[in-house]
Amino acid sequence: MVLLTRKIEFAASHLYNNPNFSVEENRRIFGKCNNPHGHGHNYTLEVTVEGEPDPVTGMVLDLKELKEILEREIMQRMDHRHLNYEVAELAGQIPTCENIARVIWQFLEPKITQGRLHRVRLYESPDLFADCYRNGASAAGKP
Amino acid sequence: MNGALKIELGRRYRFSASHRLHSAHLSEEENCRVFGKCNNPYGHGHNYVLEVSLSGEVDPATGMIANLADLDSFVERQVLEDFDHKSLNEDVPAFREKVPTTENLCIEIFERLKSFPKAKLERIRVQETGNNSFEYAGDNLEGNHS
Repeated sequence: MVLLTRKIEFAASHLYNNPNFSVEENRRIFGKCNNPHGHGHNYTLEVTVEGEPDPVTGMVLDLKELKEILEREIMQRMDHRHLNYEVAELAGQIPTCENIARVIWQFLEPKITQGRLHRVRLYESPDLFADCYRNGASAAGKP
Repeated sequence: MNGALKIELGRRYRFSASHRLHSAHLSEEENCRVFGKCNNPYGHGHNYVLEVSLSGEVDPATGMIANLADLDSFVERQVLEDFDHKSLNEDVPAFREKVPTTENLCIEIFERLKSFPKAKLERIRVQETGNNSFEYAGDNLEGNHS
């Protein structure tokens, strides 16, 4: 099995607020991320697909196709958007790296039909990221 | 669907420290041959990058596996306070006997972090330079299978 990774970047805003918490609790738990006017990040998304290279083309999947899937499924939904208000699938969830990575997995998994989705890694900053992968698979080995 | 998925949180920290690779079990010549420049008696230093990976349930109320403030203060207390701007050989008791290679550093850091109470420590990765990095996952076989 070969793993193939493509990276894209998008810029988006968000804020953390749970309406079931008091104002003070929201501030204590979420800190600066609770600013009611939101804030933003340059997110980096690494999408890893697993599969056997096709004997004729030598490819796990055509990178052009993966690029189009990422443009359609991720960039159009999330780039230069407010994640709390403009991504319906995140409604009612706190848009943390963990939750965004899971929603991205759910967008991509059914669309990748050559090979299969192995891992989604979403960086909110160079020092903070979340990985989403199939239970029992491995997320190790990729710096 | 969600039960079939695993989510990990990754966080990177930086510390600068010096070390010298030298084994009391080897002769001067052997130390020099095995460790090369790293055996320089006065030591040398690196800007280390520590990557900590945690897994667990994403709390629906907070969207988080673990609160970053909790993780940051734990790593600060357990690792960074003892390692940052220190000599690993002189200042960290574990390396009075063991050679402070990054392999041994990984094991020492994993042992110091595995008691994090809020989530499961999956593995750590330590980058010694931009070209060298090491991973350790303790008993989490093959890195992070579960």
